[in-house]
Amino acid sequence: MKKNSTYKLREKFHQAKWDEPVIFELHTPGERGVMVPEVEQEIQEAAGDGISQIPENMRRKNKPALPEVSQMRVLKHFLRISQHTLGADFNIDIGQGTCTMKYSPKINESFVRSPKAAEIHPFQDEDTVQGALEIIYKLDTFLQEISGMDKFTFQPGGGAAAILVMVSIIQKYHELRGEGQERDEIITTIFSHPSDAAAAAVKGYKVITLYPDEYGLPDIEALKKAASERTAGLLITNPEDIGIFNSKIQEFTKIVHDAGGLCGYDQANANGLLGITRAKEADFDMCFFNLHKSFSSPHGCGGPATGALGVREKFIDYMPMPLVDFDGEKYCLNHNLPHSIGKVRGYYGVFPAVLRAYAWIISMGAEGLREVAEVAVLNNNYVMKKVQELKGAAISYPKTPGRIEQVRYTWEKLTEETGVSTEDVTNRMVDFGFHLWSSHHPWVVPQPFSIEPTESYSKAELDEYLAGLEKTVNEAYEDPDKVKNAPYQSVSHKIDHHPLDDPEKWAVTWRAYLKKQKKGE
Amino acid sequence: MKKQENRVYPYIPNSVPEIKAQMLKEIGVDSIEELYADIPENLRYKSKLNLPPPLTSENTLKRHMDEIFSKNKTCEENISFLGGGCYRHQVPAVCDEINQRSEFLTAYAGEPYEDHGRFQSLFEYESLMGELLEMDVVNVPTYDWSQAASTSIRMAERITGRKEILVSEIISPERLMVIKNYCHPVVKVRMVKYCPETGKLDLDDLKSKFSEKIAGIYFENPSYLGFIEAQGQTIADIAHENGALSIVGVDPTSLGVLTPPSQYGADIVCGDIQGLGIHMFYGGGLAGFIATHDEEKFVMEYPSRLFGITTTTVEGEYGFGDVAYERTSFAEREEGKEFVGTHSALWGITAGVYLALMGPHGMQDLGTAILQKSQYAMKRLSRIKRVKVPRFDSPHFKEFLVDFNETGLKIKDINKALLDKGIFGGMDLSEEFPEFGYCALYCVTEVLTKKDIDTLVESLEEILGNRLRAGEKP
Repeated sequence: MKKNSTYKLREKFHQAKWDEPVIFELHTPGERGVMVPEVEQEIQEAAGDGISQIPENMRRKNKPALPEVSQMRVLKHFLRISQHTLGADFNIDIGQGTCTMKYSPKINESFVRSPKAAEIHPFQDEDTVQGALEIIYKLDTFLQEISGMDKFTFQPGGGAAAILVMVSIIQKYHELRGEGQERDEIITTIFSHPSDAAAAAVKGYKVITLYPDEYGLPDIEALKKAASERTAGLLITNPEDIGIFNSKIQEFTKIVHDAGGLCGYDQANANGLLGITRAKEADFDMCFFNLHKSFSSPHGCGGPATGALGVREKFIDYMPMPLVDFDGEKYCLNHNLPHSIGKVRGYYGVFPAVLRAYAWIISMGAEGLREVAEVAVLNNNYVMKKVQELKGAAISYPKTPGRIEQVRYTWEKLTEETGVSTEDVTNRMVDFGFHLWSSHHPWVVPQPFSIEPTESYSKAELDEYLAGLEKTVNEAYEDPDKVKNAPYQSVSHKIDHHPLDDPEKWAVTWRAYLKKQKKGE
Repeated sequence: MKKQENRVYPYIPNSVPEIKAQMLKEIGVDSIEELYADIPENLRYKSKLNLPPPLTSENTLKRHMDEIFSKNKTCEENISFLGGGCYRHQVPAVCDEINQRSEFLTAYAGEPYEDHGRFQSLFEYESLMGELLEMDVVNVPTYDWSQAASTSIRMAERITGRKEILVSEIISPERLMVIKNYCHPVVKVRMVKYCPETGKLDLDDLKSKFSEKIAGIYFENPSYLGFIEAQGQTIADIAHENGALSIVGVDPTSLGVLTPPSQYGADIVCGDIQGLGIHMFYGGGLAGFIATHDEEKFVMEYPSRLFGITTTTVEGEYGFGDVAYERTSFAEREEGKEFVGTHSALWGITAGVYLALMGPHGMQDLGTAILQKSQYAMKRLSRIKRVKVPRFDSPHFKEFLVDFNETGLKIKDINKALLDKGIFGGMDLSEEFPEFGYCALYCVTEVLTKKDIDTLVESLEEILGNRLRAGEKP
């Protein structure tokens, strides 16, 4: 067969568009989607109607006004609106920089579906869940190897929750040393995830945010000024969201340690670094990985997820309870953590994410992980080369040419020259079956966009995505309104944002929508 | 590092050597190593990671996983009476069908255009929960009930400007740990006593603890120990008279038959949706909800995403988007409300599917079945000699304390004996609540049959009888 390496932009793409109503509009009195298990006659005779024992004021008067819909119609409704959603399995999902939208292998989903994973209760006797505990324990040892840390917990339900744990450990550490009051500042950087700042504020800290120097690196002079006897700790991403590896990272940790603070590494996204460099060698006290990023657990429209948190030996007994240990024969839950911060989520975390990450790592091996990192970096640099050739596009901080696994680009020139903004471009990319994201706020880089190709997409796919960008750029210069009025081929057209910010009009539920509609009539 | 020659990576298309070479050429470098030039030599990890040899075929991987899985014994293979915040309920097949769809499973953070369906399904989830709760605002789910309770408390703190919160002593100790960590050091948690006979909140103690520093009272209904708190309105009135809020944690599986907290004065309602069509997953099925009335002062304090419905440029077309996005940490970093990120959206979609399937009658039947089956279990268990059920003189939903104190036997030992018979006995509370002595928290949902319950009762009679006959003194 002749090798076909050409790509084609899907100009005739149109997303599924079922014109599907809201579920409440499918209500037909008397219909029903599923039956509840029967209550045996003997039980009914012995227990009565059940409700009579409930005090009058606690008996619900009106049934909830849920829609009544038969099963196939419910199925069809949700299948249709699923088709209105562009998952990574459909998309060349490289336009969601920072988020590592890689392939989540299907075989691993079969493990999640197994009753051996789905039908186990967190308070079962340890003897009955040795398999689950083994998976948790072994994933812990894998991540220890990948990071150089000494113990991991999978309790945090996402990256932000893992950050909260890091801040909590830092706080407890200083409190136990009698410096809890004095050390009231957390230092982070503007290109670290917003949660690094926000979770610190939840714990009562004053947040000091470092901005980049002209090379795109967080300003080390600013760090020196900020570090003091008030510093509780540093929370920092590396590479930051702009994709530049902070080569001075060890100096950063030293400055903070010298000031008496602790250092937490936000490695939510570590996809370009697996087997290349580790938190330990950069002298971090703790770090976390998002299992739903570098370690392949799917994002599920925004969770459930896991922020796997690892610490150095001296902080193990500060970790959330319980940890999973192994005595050589049996796996067990260890609640004996004298300085534990307590808990951040029920039980032991999102077991499906742990399961997938375990299966993924064991299917890749050490060489495979390194291949992941290297190809992610190769793909990113390839895309960067091509994006820089586009009219109106540039990388941020061009004085530093190197990038690891992602790049924060700018459409500043495109916007100046055509009036087409980054939001317009993202809306137009939808018409070719793509997603493109701008960036977190604030937009330090003007008109930003963020691309992270990961290792999962072929060169031909990367070329197809680039062709979408090129087409959009050409349109911006030739017919800017075409881009500004996009999308055309999506499920819906340009939405009206104003009602979403107006308390008189916003509607977070159908019942609120109906009330406000009625009021407006 | 020496590499295995010719290894093919099905998940890494550009690992093909010819493609790699072509891409390197386009970039203008000779090797991938050059792309790592910014990472200093002393930070480079020189050795090979010590990981097990890779299992590269699906079959080998599956054999490996099956072997580990064989060490798990499930609640399907046994009869389980475990609850305490994670429950075995019927999971309709359509729920699994929808949450396993590639579209939903692998989507993340698209715009309201390419991810119209993500926005719509979560808006519908919020709306269906809104009907169950009779409240107009419900968030895109957070991690779990414990996080939802913690955030509800922090919302109350911001709304009232007060820095202390009252919490009922009858609460899951795990949940209390989450709340305390999340509140520390900004909000002080103070406990309110319960009536030893009924378990209900001690109203005198509650009144005595209110002051102008208190932001609100948090209690659960049904409580962690399963009894129903019938004083909800009185508690809310006391809170409101003191300028504070009433925050109620609720099990949504009860709301087909029990009065929703909004009808007894609750200002913020929270809980977990795991029971609504989501498997237990060893505790991984949890997802928390927060609901309030549609008032700006409440809405603006949510940290979560709130998906709303709007119009588009085309007449009659629904659009969806973020409501009041500027309040979030995505928009405002540390100036935003707490933090938002990846939480539990897929479970929200699943719970929406569940509520759509169940409808009003399904939820009522569910609540009724749980009431009848749990009351039957209590009745049967209470006839066992030296066993007191329920421990509290109150009506219960789904869960209840079984008091084994008079048998003199430790719950741990009873449960070991039950396990030998294929029964997961109720949770041992002797460490969590030492004041109750030897008590276990039993959970009976709609999935258990009369035979399951009878088997438990007969097994307990046998175990207790044997032990007592063997001379173990009560």
